[in-house]
Amino acid sequence: MSLLAARRHGQVDFVEQHFLAVLKRPVESFGVMTYDAPRRLEKRTVEPRPERLVLDGDEVTVERKGHTHVLELAAYPSLLPFIESLRATLAGDLPALERAFNVDFSGNLQRWTLTLSPRDPKVSSTVSRVRIDGSRDVLSKVEIFEANGDRSLMTLRNHPAP
Amino acid sequence: MSVRRAWPVGVWLGCLALAAWVALHARYVADLSAFLPARPTPAQRLLVDQLRDGPGSRLLLIALAGGDIEARAELSEALALALRGDREFSNVGNGDSATADRDREFLFAHRYLLSDAVTPEHFTAAGLKASMQDTVADLASPEGLALQSLVVRDPTGEMLAVIDQLSRTQAPRPKGGVWTSADGSRSLLIAETAASGSDTDAQEHALAAVRAAFEAARAAIGMPHAGRVELVMSGPGVFAVASRAKIEHAVVRLSIASSVLVAMILLVVYRSPSALVLGLLPVASGALVGVAAVALGFGVVHGITLGFGITLIGEAVDYSIYFFIQSAGGVTERWEQRLWPTMRLGMLTSVCGFASLLPSGFPGLAQLGAYSVSGLVAAAAVTRFVLPVLLPRNFSVRDLAPAGGRIASRLRSIRARAAIPWTLAIFLAAASTGLLIIARHTLWSGELSSLSPIPAAQLRLDAQLRADLGAPDSLDLVVVSGASLDAALAGAERAARALEPLIAEKIIGGVDSPAVYLPSHETQAARRASLPDPATLARNLDHAVDDLPLDAGQLSPFKSDVEAARRGPLMSAADLDGTSLAAGLTSLTMHSAGGWTALLPLHAAGASHPHIDIERVRLALAAAHCSAQVLDLKHESDALYSDYLRDAMRLSFAGSLAIVVLLLIALKSPGRAARVLAPLVLAVLVVAAALALFQVRLTILHLVGMLLIVAIGSNYALFFDSQHRDGGDSGATLASLCIANACTVIGFGLLSFSGVPVLEALGTTVAPGALLALIFAGILTPPACIV
Repeated sequence: MSLLAARRHGQVDFVEQHFLAVLKRPVESFGVMTYDAPRRLEKRTVEPRPERLVLDGDEVTVERKGHTHVLELAAYPSLLPFIESLRATLAGDLPALERAFNVDFSGNLQRWTLTLSPRDPKVSSTVSRVRIDGSRDVLSKVEIFEANGDRSLMTLRNHPAP
Repeated sequence: MSVRRAWPVGVWLGCLALAAWVALHARYVADLSAFLPARPTPAQRLLVDQLRDGPGSRLLLIALAGGDIEARAELSEALALALRGDREFSNVGNGDSATADRDREFLFAHRYLLSDAVTPEHFTAAGLKASMQDTVADLASPEGLALQSLVVRDPTGEMLAVIDQLSRTQAPRPKGGVWTSADGSRSLLIAETAASGSDTDAQEHALAAVRAAFEAARAAIGMPHAGRVELVMSGPGVFAVASRAKIEHAVVRLSIASSVLVAMILLVVYRSPSALVLGLLPVASGALVGVAAVALGFGVVHGITLGFGITLIGEAVDYSIYFFIQSAGGVTERWEQRLWPTMRLGMLTSVCGFASLLPSGFPGLAQLGAYSVSGLVAAAAVTRFVLPVLLPRNFSVRDLAPAGGRIASRLRSIRARAAIPWTLAIFLAAASTGLLIIARHTLWSGELSSLSPIPAAQLRLDAQLRADLGAPDSLDLVVVSGASLDAALAGAERAARALEPLIAEKIIGGVDSPAVYLPSHETQAARRASLPDPATLARNLDHAVDDLPLDAGQLSPFKSDVEAARRGPLMSAADLDGTSLAAGLTSLTMHSAGGWTALLPLHAAGASHPHIDIERVRLALAAAHCSAQVLDLKHESDALYSDYLRDAMRLSFAGSLAIVVLLLIALKSPGRAARVLAPLVLAVLVVAAALALFQVRLTILHLVGMLLIVAIGSNYALFFDSQHRDGGDSGATLASLCIANACTVIGFGLLSFSGVPVLEALGTTVAPGALLALIFAGILTPPACIV
């Protein structure tokens, strides 16, 4: 955690696959994720449709189809597992993680797995757990399991320096 | 009291009883229709309806400031809960999640009637495919993930379409579960009162209810930080209540102060309390007769008539002063013969001035004219016929003739050097005229707000809260009328469609419409009719999902939802109850006797185009054959006020001409008429120039004040003129003029300190004007020809 907390800025490419019951085959999206310690996380999707999601402090800004929506994180607890789990992990902010999730750490420094189960029953009724894999201070995989059996898998790869 | 002498009292009492009966049965209105021309244009009628009953007029903006966010959020919840349970408020919004949940439920249940994407093409195989492709993309986005549980019921993304449609109307952002200003320092609520904005009593009651609920909530919560939270309110109702309170406060305070001062002076002079009371009879009778005359002539009496009428006949207070002092020593018969004709001419001069207001196209001005004319005639008649009869037998006022005599000798010495006063007068007239010509472009204020007693700080707060809340300022509006709510909504839809190209062209930034919250029946029915029957839908859906990753087998909830909507009822206004959509609908619609009106506030196209090209909007509406009107509220109200001011100026000019003609006829000498008029003209010029020098923008109340200077001053000038004819100043008459003038200057002078713009305007004009009129009349009267 302290290794993660030491990182001030990071940028990674991501590929996300959504496995949903309603889908015959998974839907894929990819883009760039940027993190600025300790409060800001930006997820910019390039395909299939350009979109931008920024979590800054308690505020979520979503830009899609030319509209910008500003949401308050607290008012949309369902967003918590999707973004706060990532941000808090990136920030190495264990207390924040533990506020929202039951945290289980396994593996070693070279290859660790973080399993997060939402504490809020309202959240856990949609998202059963979040699994984050990583190595030292680098995250490699984020997998979100939903209560209805759907899941999404995000694979992260270091962004080539611009 | 002999029978012969008693008859005027009988007639007087009879008239008073009749006038009182009429006044008691008259209908009084306190709305803005006094400012509305008798034959208003539709835009003017709308403007007044807007200001009086418009949804904007019922909006109460509430902010909780100070303390921390948790305390404010909790207070906001408690306050909203209390106000929602209060019948005085038809809608209360604070951004709470309970209402948001209800909103979401409602929107989801009615998505096929609300979404403007719903057309027959939308449900063909191609249409379904296009929208579902979009939804698949949504599923890959974070926001889509939050909505994915809905996908099987809403694969065409109708819910998102509806939310997008609604969020085009700016809403404040929630923080801590309640609406919060952008800088996070204030929590915000919107309350809409059930009573109309013009019902100031109800507004005052509503404000008190908010304050009480806030105090109760603060006491109940009792958090350490709750005590530091403060309640701030703004909105038209707050303004109306504050200005009424301010005017009432000022009027009560000042009328007590001036009554005490004037009564003290008169008591010293009269040495008789009963004379003091008798002295009020003419003006009181005049006021009553004035109200009765207006009620008989107009059917209704405007509040403004009562408010300013009484100051207009303030001249009548002077009548009894003239009578008492000039007839001192029990020589009333002599007064009746010698001085009454002069006073009568003075009264007629004023009547000429005020009668000029009678033909005004604005009922407010016409009523002021009728009120003053009838009031002055009645007051003069009471002074002449009733006071002499009622005068106590042993009545004697202090003999002021010696004091007056000293003034007279001073005047004589000034007049002896006739060149000096006239040189001074010509110099003053020239200087004042020059100044007025220089300042002519900025002399008059063309803005209605110049009459508003609302301090600038309060207006700034209002603008701030409106910006926080995204509440429409409603300065530019498209207005559509219809016989029914549905007809108005249908019109609103047509108008909004007609304006769509202007959004792309950046002529306007957007337009709000009540039909977004409740589409017209026609639109709803068309959308419902676009929904295919189950067999068609199943067939099209199978085709559509061919190349999509979606599994058609999972979409049966979608099919049953579409079928339910296809067989379900259309929405009516009542279905919106309990959601924040109801507030949106009621705030943009108005019900009046003539039917319904839909209001479509226009938004500017961003900070770079702050002003909307209204002409383009009109053209776009006309091209689409929309019978909609475009209203620029500020422009319309200022234009209306300017018309009002211009009408008043035109009529005052006509009145001045009538006065000149009257004096020419009555005095039978152009020279005498000129001598009577000179001090009045000079007084008005000097006062106007002085106001311009102090950079006061003149309003209609200044104009009314100038009429008053002429009305009051004409008495002074005529008395000097008659004394001049009679061979010199009588001490008693001079004294009576000085006393009457002192009372006028005190009464109006105090108004200058009221802090209420309309009263200050009257005070700062009349007090110096009356004093100057007396001085000028005194020094400009030529030396007596016969001594």
